[in-house]
Amino acid sequence: MPLVLNKIFLISALVATFFSAPKFVSAKETADSTKDLKSEIKEYISHHLEDAYDFSLYSYTNEKGEHIYISIPLPVILWDNGLQIFSSSKLHHGEEVARVGSNYYKLEHGKIYKTDVEGTITYDEAHHATNYAPLDLSITKGVVSMLFIALLMFWLFRSLAKTYSENNGVPVGVGRFFEPIVLYIRDDIARPNIGEKKYMKYMNFLLTVFFFVWFLNLLGLTPLGVNVTGNIAVTFGLALLTFLITNFTGTKDYWLHLFDPLGSSMKWYAKIPLYIILIPIEVLGIFIKPFSLLIRLYANMQAGHIVLMSLIGLIFIFKSWLGSPLSFGLAFAISLIELLVALLQAYIFTMLSALYFGFAAEEHEHH
Amino acid sequence: MEKLISEFSIGLFFWQSMIFIGLLFLLRKYAWGPILSAVNERETSIKDALASAEAARSEMEVLQSDNQRILKEARAEKEAMLKEAQSTRAELIKTAKEEAQQEADKILTQAQEAIQNEKRAAISELKEQVGSIAMDIAEKVLQKELESKDKQVELIAQLLQDSDLK
Repeated sequence: MPLVLNKIFLISALVATFFSAPKFVSAKETADSTKDLKSEIKEYISHHLEDAYDFSLYSYTNEKGEHIYISIPLPVILWDNGLQIFSSSKLHHGEEVARVGSNYYKLEHGKIYKTDVEGTITYDEAHHATNYAPLDLSITKGVVSMLFIALLMFWLFRSLAKTYSENNGVPVGVGRFFEPIVLYIRDDIARPNIGEKKYMKYMNFLLTVFFFVWFLNLLGLTPLGVNVTGNIAVTFGLALLTFLITNFTGTKDYWLHLFDPLGSSMKWYAKIPLYIILIPIEVLGIFIKPFSLLIRLYANMQAGHIVLMSLIGLIFIFKSWLGSPLSFGLAFAISLIELLVALLQAYIFTMLSALYFGFAAEEHEHH
Repeated sequence: MEKLISEFSIGLFFWQSMIFIGLLFLLRKYAWGPILSAVNERETSIKDALASAEAARSEMEVLQSDNQRILKEARAEKEAMLKEAQSTRAELIKTAKEEAQQEADKILTQAQEAIQNEKRAAISELKEQVGSIAMDIAEKVLQKELESKDKQVELIAQLLQDSDLK
């Protein structure tokens, strides 16, 4: 694994350098028009990184200087003393107050708040909205993307499974591409990390999480610009499952190792002072492991999107024969790297999950 | 960090969990289960096929060595048979020659015997004839002696002339 970890460091270092570049440029520029453009690009990027209530295809500014958004509205589902379902087109990107029955809602900084008729939002000193935010279970852009990937995966792997029964165990078509990946996950991730006896139990999760993350990462690189795996709620959900599976399938040895790491190699009274330090570390480790999973995937994808969009934005800031092709070339190169990162992050998530499952499933002879 | 927590979307988390867990169960039933079992089945069948091929190969080897052995034996037998045939032939020819020789000898001796017998018979007949001729001559001479001496001589001469030996 050190090789892969090295790569991660290398890539994150690369990402960090490029990340700082546009900021540096923006600090130097002073002209008003470019500043406007820059703040607009910055806004656009931060808008893109967040989840959205509608599936935006593109937007433009018309002759009057108004922003026109072309997007597919999605259903907003709120729990506010009863289920409130309405189309996201009513929110008008936060420009209007949506009236649903007798309630009024307004979109403010990507969040829906309950307001009065005028849509007044009150703020505290730290500029946080103090309005009541109802429980939001909307089918957002990210949810639609995940549903799309889920359907794609189901269709893809269902058809792969079918070709086995129809072709006497030989895959055809797209299955020829995916079968080696499935076998790779089984033979090079699950088997060596979990062990021959128990790996089958975890294969279902490992395969699903690998393809789910990979496909969502790849979808994020399309011009649709969805940033699902770069959203901490999504990576949290995935890492939570790894955490739950690890601890619910933990064997006696796993827990024994956790709470009695030294075993019978020392007298009990000698172990007490050590365990005051060791056990909290071990217990903390249970949570840190999946936490590192969720942060790693989130940060990598988020950073990739920021870098890529910043470089694309630079094309419009430079507007010169030298600068624009340069940033285009850079954006192109980063896109290629992002393709690799998309696969790499899916691999790392799966690999580390398998490693943690391996810890939980271990059963060694007592020595 | 504070921004991350305040921006944490419970809705997205909820839907993500729903979709992912649903996907886990669906794929287990309809995709991963059949795929992994098919792949496993294929692998065991390949393993079996390889093992049986190996077994067939070793069996083949045994068969081949058997064949070699049988061939060798057959060749040896053929050679032995040929040798035997040759010796039988030689013997046959030899005995045939001997028999022929014997037969020929026999025929020769028989022929010699027959010739001897014929000769003997001829001699004895000659002897008889000569005897009878001599007797006749003697008789006639004796008769003529009584007439004259001249006549006797004449007679003998004539008789001798008449009796040419056949």
